[in-house]
Amino acid sequence: MSAIALAPRFTARQALVLLAGNPNSGKSTVFNALSGARTRVANYPGVTIDRRSATVALSADTSIELTDLPGTYSLAARSREEQIAVESLLGHGPRRPDVILIVADATALARALYLTIEILEIGSPVVIALNMTDEARSAGIDVDVARLEALTGACVVPTVANKGIGTNALRAAISEALARPVAPERPEVVRPAALVTDLAELEAVILGERVMERPQDARVWAQWLLLSLEHEGDELQNIPAPIRAAVHRISERAAKSGRNLDLEIIGGRYQLVDQLMKEVCRVPQAPRRSWTDRVDAVLTHKLGGALAFALVMMIVFQALFSWSEPAISLIEDTVAWSQSWITRLMAAGPLTDLIVNGVIAGVGNVLVFVPQIALLFLFIGLLEDLGYLARAAFVIDRVMRAVGLHGRAFVPMLSGFSCAVPAVMATRTLESRTDRLLTMLVLPLTSCSARLPVYVLVTATVFAPGSRLGFLSAGAVALFAMYALSVVAALTAAAVLRRTVLKGPAPTLVLELPPYRLPVMSVLLRGVWQRVRTFLIDAGTVILALTIVMWALLSYPKDPAVTAEAEAARAAVAASGASADEREARLSAIDSHENGAQLRSSIAGRVGRVFEPVIAPLGFDWRIGIGILGAFAAREVFVGTLGVVFDISGADETNEPLREVLRRATWPNGAPLMTPLAGISLMVFFVLACQCMSTVAIVKRESGGWRWPLFMIGYMTVLAYSASLLVYQVGSRLGWGL
Amino acid sequence: MNASPTRRLLARIPVGSTAVVSRVSGARPVVRRLLEMGLVPGTPVTVHREAPLGDPVELRVRNYALSIRRADALGIEVE
Repeated sequence: MSAIALAPRFTARQALVLLAGNPNSGKSTVFNALSGARTRVANYPGVTIDRRSATVALSADTSIELTDLPGTYSLAARSREEQIAVESLLGHGPRRPDVILIVADATALARALYLTIEILEIGSPVVIALNMTDEARSAGIDVDVARLEALTGACVVPTVANKGIGTNALRAAISEALARPVAPERPEVVRPAALVTDLAELEAVILGERVMERPQDARVWAQWLLLSLEHEGDELQNIPAPIRAAVHRISERAAKSGRNLDLEIIGGRYQLVDQLMKEVCRVPQAPRRSWTDRVDAVLTHKLGGALAFALVMMIVFQALFSWSEPAISLIEDTVAWSQSWITRLMAAGPLTDLIVNGVIAGVGNVLVFVPQIALLFLFIGLLEDLGYLARAAFVIDRVMRAVGLHGRAFVPMLSGFSCAVPAVMATRTLESRTDRLLTMLVLPLTSCSARLPVYVLVTATVFAPGSRLGFLSAGAVALFAMYALSVVAALTAAAVLRRTVLKGPAPTLVLELPPYRLPVMSVLLRGVWQRVRTFLIDAGTVILALTIVMWALLSYPKDPAVTAEAEAARAAVAASGASADEREARLSAIDSHENGAQLRSSIAGRVGRVFEPVIAPLGFDWRIGIGILGAFAAREVFVGTLGVVFDISGADETNEPLREVLRRATWPNGAPLMTPLAGISLMVFFVLACQCMSTVAIVKRESGGWRWPLFMIGYMTVLAYSASLLVYQVGSRLGWGL
Repeated sequence: MNASPTRRLLARIPVGSTAVVSRVSGARPVVRRLLEMGLVPGTPVTVHREAPLGDPVELRVRNYALSIRRADALGIEVE
């Protein structure tokens, strides 16, 4: 090999530094402090965890590639996501890291040292950012930095990342670690003789299957495999079968002789942690009561805790529901304004129609979610960084457990009542993939705000203003019943899915309650922006494409006879001597009629007719069927689409002519269409059906493929159809609300 | 052995008291996670408080606060 040919690649190659650390250790703050504003967010291939990286200048002429790993307490992997993150640390990824930077919370050093020892075993040069040293000092915790360096062989830099203290020293330490890349002496973990024999056996199998770069690599991988692999049902991939078999054999044998390999490996590491702690860390014997503890005395108190929880959640919900409204209106107005601007600017025709009703409407459909996503992640970030999100999970876990959900699933579920799209994104706060999937699959059953216009239109149509059930108005009772149904449906679905499709190891709650801390605004806002950006790029493109497809289905093919008839009618109006006002009125009636006729002859219109026999048993005719198809763009679009079908353009849920026309609508045999029973059946359908393409797009993004969103559409459609069928058929037989 | 009067479970000791972990048992993923979080035999642990609905409980272990469900605390023997 010629050294000259290789030279450019090597000089251009930046050293790779991986950033690891426990959750709540200030890892993101360290990352931001080092990287400044130049962050790139990408996905690990095939999975949905974000991979943040940045180029960090260490000095005038050297820079490194800094990559942030997900926060973790240990390297053992339960999911494919964790495996991929860990493999990059172990050096099985595309590149072995040149340095591993660990952020350790000085106030919880013992726990951080467990991860540190695991990483030290890998044998790459390590730099430890001993973070939150200010907090540790005021709690009376004293860490001997020089001793810690001597015992671990790592560079240790005390930092207070949220105040920017220690950042330069960290850069210097990384440079130094890069300059002497030979791993220095490490502390040895003491292992029982039986474990050493087991490891040697597994190492031999590993070396027979894979070529290892360094002698210690097989040992590191052997321990990781013993801790991570399950006999069956783990999600880890690309593990050669002979290695799996060896792991299985070794752990079976250990279990038979009454040994616990997990305990031997983890316990051995903790023995070393204890030894290190004894030498480097002094914790006060009788610590003063921390202010976190005083605050918790209120926030997790039996009564105070429940009240505080309710208050915080009400604020979050209020923000999503109301505070996002001005921004949403602004986006909607801007979209409407640009649509009418383009319409005036360009000649009428299919291209203009595509731009106005396909592309611009699609961009609007994407942007309209941004305010709620930004607000939700602002609140989640704020509560997480403050430390309250963990307390909220602590307070509500007992309730969530009853349906097989995690305490942390509460915030996403609550957000679902506003909009499922940000709520599905919020499932990222859950640790286990099964918990995340379960939560996002049942979330769309919570009654989001886009269903409200449908309920309002239907209740106002089918219940006369004075109709009452006892002292309550019938409409209010129906509305309440829909919300109750959505809660019951979501919780039941969670319980059922947990016992069937998403069976697995019993989910549990092992949750750190971090000290209350002030968030760093720049870190928080960057996190929010990254979420919004991910949404725009990954889900936005799908939503845009689906909007255009929906537009085409609802617009084509055009019936030339209808167009010609409308043109003739317009010409007649122009030729008539009517006043300007009257001409205006007649023209808009012609437009409405034309729009209605075209929609009825479009693909969606034909599909509605073809499917009428399928939906008739639910009490819906083909015109309602077209509305339901249109609602796939977004549920509230049902109202407008139904309006067009009935020749009323631009209707909203408070439109009295639309209600009137619906009340008068009949089946071909003259029976009224919108009976109270049909209305209830329709609302039940809207509660349970997966009608929102944006939800489908975001579930595809967050679950990493089409499998789960398709499953979701399937089970929700079956559920909605059966429930509406039951309501309408049983109701009809009993003669209710006809 | 189960009837041994010295067998105490973390889930049963009163709030505010401290004991030393002697054994952790249960489903493997839970046990492994508890061990990783530092609840290895020989570690002192305090039951600091319980959630408003009585479950989960907040533990103090290795100078930090860890919350686990009572069902999982049943697998932790202390002395």
